[in-house]
Amino acid sequence: MRVLAISGSLRSGSHNSDLLRAAAEEAPEGVELAWWDGLKEIPAYDADDDREEGPKPVEDLRAAVRAADAVLVATPEYNSSIPGALKNALDWASRPLATNAFRNKPVAVISASTGAFGAVWAQAETRKVLGTMGARVAEVELAVSHADQKFDELGRLVDDETREQLPDVWAALIATAQPDLVAA
Amino acid sequence: MSATIEQTQGVPTGIWTADTVHSGLAFEVPYAVATFNGEVPAFEATLADGVLKGAAKVESLTVKDENLKTHLQSPEFFDVERHPELTFVSNGFRRIGDSVEIDGDITLKGITKPATLRGTITGPAVDHFGTTRVGLKLETTIDRTAFDMNWNMPLPNGEPALGNDVTLKADLTLVAA
Repeated sequence: MRVLAISGSLRSGSHNSDLLRAAAEEAPEGVELAWWDGLKEIPAYDADDDREEGPKPVEDLRAAVRAADAVLVATPEYNSSIPGALKNALDWASRPLATNAFRNKPVAVISASTGAFGAVWAQAETRKVLGTMGARVAEVELAVSHADQKFDELGRLVDDETREQLPDVWAALIATAQPDLVAA
Repeated sequence: MSATIEQTQGVPTGIWTADTVHSGLAFEVPYAVATFNGEVPAFEATLADGVLKGAAKVESLTVKDENLKTHLQSPEFFDVERHPELTFVSNGFRRIGDSVEIDGDITLKGITKPATLRGTITGPAVDHFGTTRVGLKLETTIDRTAFDMNWNMPLPNGEPALGNDVTLKADLTLVAA
């Protein structure tokens, strides 16, 4: 199963990118991770530019999502909500709604923040947006609070409790993507 | 389970098939301050010795807004990719005068729940072309959340935008096979 990892954070030392790398370390056999790092290149959504073929960075995102069997998003939280860049990328990807790349795509959303709530609201709103887009949203939550204490200076996850939750995220995403396989 | 048929008065026997041009399948759900309506035009229905069976294609679901249709077909609602059909199979049929009650199982999104359709029955009667027809005008209310359709959004007053009780309406003209 090919899973596209999308970090909603742009900064190089992002805890959410670190969280995705930790998730990759815990990925079960048979999961192949692909990374999308084009977030910064996505222009602000403008319906005037929303033609049959969108801007190249947008088309690259759409192609990456289409090529994946599932998507794992990690999001920070800005002002109690989903970061603008990530929301903007999803808005582009959602067009046109009926045939968008995320339609029926299994997705899981996780999050990290330095605060006490681990970006839980941004995570919930990202799920809401993806659901509206028609994605198949896995029913799983992982909100990593006090992220600055849970990753070391090299970005490695050093918190066992968080690491122990990562297999549950994978199990939920795989069950969402392949219910027949799980039931068998 | 064998079907129970209370032949109080004229439950049609034999095999009847829905004339879909003169039949309709629709739903209504409270939305904000009004009612949201839709139809599922591609369906088949038969009444065979008192057992009513119907199957409808979710892909054909029609509402007035194309984006809403897309949302309704997504995994948050009907999930047409994995559950392309919705079905009803009866296991009990009671007619008293022109009133009818039909017990059965509704399957939506792969989940099956019992339901009783209530309404009226007309005929059998011969139409002006010599075809024998039976009319069934049926209705039932289901809780959509029992079928894993849980989407909602709070209105500014905090109340949910979409009701959970959905009225399903079938208006069938059945023709003798």
